[in-house]
Amino acid sequence: MQEQIMPTASPVLTADSITKSFLTTRVLDRVGLTLMPGEVHALLGENGAGKSTLIKILTGAYTHDSGTIRIDGVDVTPRDTAHAQELGIGTVYQEVNLLPNLTVAENLFIGRQPTRFGLVDRRRMERDARRILEPYGLEKLDVSADLGSYSVAVQQIVAIARAVDLSGKVLILDEPTASLDAREVDVLFTVVRRLRAKGLAIVFITHFMDQVFALADRVTVLRNGKLVGSKPIGDLTRMELVTMMLGHALEHESAMRIVKDRPRGERLATFQGYGLAGKIAPFDLNVHSGEVVGVAGLLGSGRTEMARLLFGIDSPDSGSATVDGRSVHLRQARDAIALGFGFCPEDRKTDGILGDLTVRENIMLALQARRGWAKPLSFKEQADLADKFVKALDIRTASVEQPIKLLSGGNQQKVILARWLATEPRFLILDEPTRGIDVGAHAEIIRMINRLCDEGLSLFVISSELEEIVAYSSRVLVLRDRQVVRELTQEDVSTASIMKAIAAEPGEVAA
Amino acid sequence: MSPRLWPLAATLSIFLIAYAVCVWQFPNMWSTRVLGNFLTDNAFLGIVAVGMTFVILSGGIDLSVGSVIAFTGVLLAILITRYNVHPLIAFTLALALAAAFGALMGAMIHYMNVPSFIVTLAGMFLARGAASVLTRDSIPINHEFYSTVTSLSYRLPGGGRLSVIGLIMVAVFVVGTILAHRTRFGSYVFALGGNATSANLLGVPAARTTILIYALSSFLAGLSGIVFSLYTSAGYPLAAVGVELDTIAAVVIGGTLLSGGSGFIIGTFVGVMIQGLIQTYIVFDGTLSSWWTKIVIGGLLFVFIVLQRLLVYASKRRWRKTPAIQIGNMPEVA
Repeated sequence: MQEQIMPTASPVLTADSITKSFLTTRVLDRVGLTLMPGEVHALLGENGAGKSTLIKILTGAYTHDSGTIRIDGVDVTPRDTAHAQELGIGTVYQEVNLLPNLTVAENLFIGRQPTRFGLVDRRRMERDARRILEPYGLEKLDVSADLGSYSVAVQQIVAIARAVDLSGKVLILDEPTASLDAREVDVLFTVVRRLRAKGLAIVFITHFMDQVFALADRVTVLRNGKLVGSKPIGDLTRMELVTMMLGHALEHESAMRIVKDRPRGERLATFQGYGLAGKIAPFDLNVHSGEVVGVAGLLGSGRTEMARLLFGIDSPDSGSATVDGRSVHLRQARDAIALGFGFCPEDRKTDGILGDLTVRENIMLALQARRGWAKPLSFKEQADLADKFVKALDIRTASVEQPIKLLSGGNQQKVILARWLATEPRFLILDEPTRGIDVGAHAEIIRMINRLCDEGLSLFVISSELEEIVAYSSRVLVLRDRQVVRELTQEDVSTASIMKAIAAEPGEVAA
Repeated sequence: MSPRLWPLAATLSIFLIAYAVCVWQFPNMWSTRVLGNFLTDNAFLGIVAVGMTFVILSGGIDLSVGSVIAFTGVLLAILITRYNVHPLIAFTLALALAAAFGALMGAMIHYMNVPSFIVTLAGMFLARGAASVLTRDSIPINHEFYSTVTSLSYRLPGGGRLSVIGLIMVAVFVVGTILAHRTRFGSYVFALGGNATSANLLGVPAARTTILIYALSSFLAGLSGIVFSLYTSAGYPLAAVGVELDTIAAVVIGGTLLSGGSGFIIGTFVGVMIQGLIQTYIVFDGTLSSWWTKIVIGGLLFVFIVLQRLLVYASKRRWRKTPAIQIGNMPEVA
């Protein structure tokens, strides 16, 4: 256990009742964060919880609508990154935001290089750079070499060194370990612990539970833009932390199973030892027709990576796939589409819809791609097909010629679903199909998943909403730290059993 | 050798080998006379290429330079011959105007977030159009200042002459090298070309730097226009057509990454000299069409673009071994 700073010490930074809305959507609702000197403060939450908005407000990228930020007791409003740095808040992002084409020394000093007679004094700059890096164990680094010639871990430490040198009160580490290997993570943690011992307040954002328990002194959890709680790590069990993040109390089992005993159809696809190093550990998966395989796990646990692998967007580096009893190679999405697979990605704004195209055009996209451009569908056929889906899925749109960007989130989601249904797929992968849509549309999508399944379609559904997964899944795969850690079948499927599997200690098999 | 130096080394090797082949075939090409003419004949191209190097290093492009050269030439001819303005005053006016024009383009590129390609394309048409509005014909300049300057030269041993405009180009390259590789402004240019978003987060003054880059490019195009007018003793609205493309070619052959962020001013000098060498070779040969220059330049461009792709690929693959990291004492925190 690390020595704790006495609670009597005054906070370095206090953010109080921070509220922020984008148009009509409130993304942060009276959220508070208190940072003590010499603590590592883990900031946790699923997608859309408001972590990144809060960080952007602290670093000056956004301005909050109401609430106060105090640094050493003084009210401040960071205007931009540079101002936040002056106030003492430094940030290191997941993707190293330095310049690989400049030297290490230039990266540390750009914007403030020492000059002599108007020219950059390289000797002094490089000497100072070595002095800055020396405590991080990088005294042997050639500071006159391009930053890009070093590994991501070294770049990450250079970024931290720069942030600490510039700011020196609060250091925000936004998923700093995402692209590091185990040994590099150790080095980074040693650096962070030393900085903590020196009295820096460190905000640590990660998706890895183990890292939270290994490093953090205090945890603040956000969910749906609201503060769930802020507790010393010692007062929390893994189970309690997962409960805070996912927002379920274990006591009452609220989720109703809609599917009880759906007869299993024929085996459609088999994946054996399928995996990709660094993305998802090898897993075995059998998909039968007419079943819903639910996938649960925290953000960053490898859910989306698994879906991308199944759909051929990424190629596996181990294992084999069999579809209809024949061995297949899914090297690109086209291969998967040809086999009758469909994929509705997680972020429909960037990966799914083409905002300026009409509802009809958005629906026709996948079918046309499958038929090939040489065999166009007539306008009449397209309109009829689009109409059919608009009716079948109850898509609320003035007409099929409406640009899709004018539709609500739930209706956009249905259009994307229609796009894949138009290709008459046999296996449909849905990544967070109900994210960001209203309650009514939510229920409809779930009903639709059930109906499609009854019609013999196989579905692979990823969702953070545990009730939802429990409601429609025949089986549930639970992922943790890029591994399938548990497969729950039939009567074992419940929110409680999923949460237990997510929260289990590494190595421990969830009961 | 750092991978960053490879293109420069390649360019230099090509120049030296090509020159050796030329001398082997035409021993007369090994003389200070030829070298002196190299500098004089390519002075206007070299000067404008320095500005273009800054623009390309920052990840942009400037298509307006050829037109700015022509406009400057026409403006000088009119001011000097029709309004009897002293050439030095006309030069100052032309340079100020060119710099302001470039600053305006830079401001549009930054504040309106329009690609430099589009803005400078507009600038290209504007400057060429303005030059044609001033006159449709070539205006000869007969001023004693012009004849004095063009007659001035430093005699090299072996009969070569180092002209004033050749020396201006050499000076521009020296100043450009210092500016790019030894000042804060220079590092901002490289930073913007490396990754504009990161550069912003690191506190690089993007607005000021972008405006200065395009002001510098247009200023040097103006200076190049002055040199061109001294060289030809005339102003013609259709002069220097396509020079922007020759310039871009010289910069790329000189080893500057077309996507920005990596390169050397001195490489551009070699790039310009390679173009000069090809032209000189054609003159010495006497039977070849001057269009062979374009063909060879085209071929070289292909080679260098492929080389750049390989280089980007190689630098992504090749990480130095991470040095063993032993954590010492952390810095004191305020």
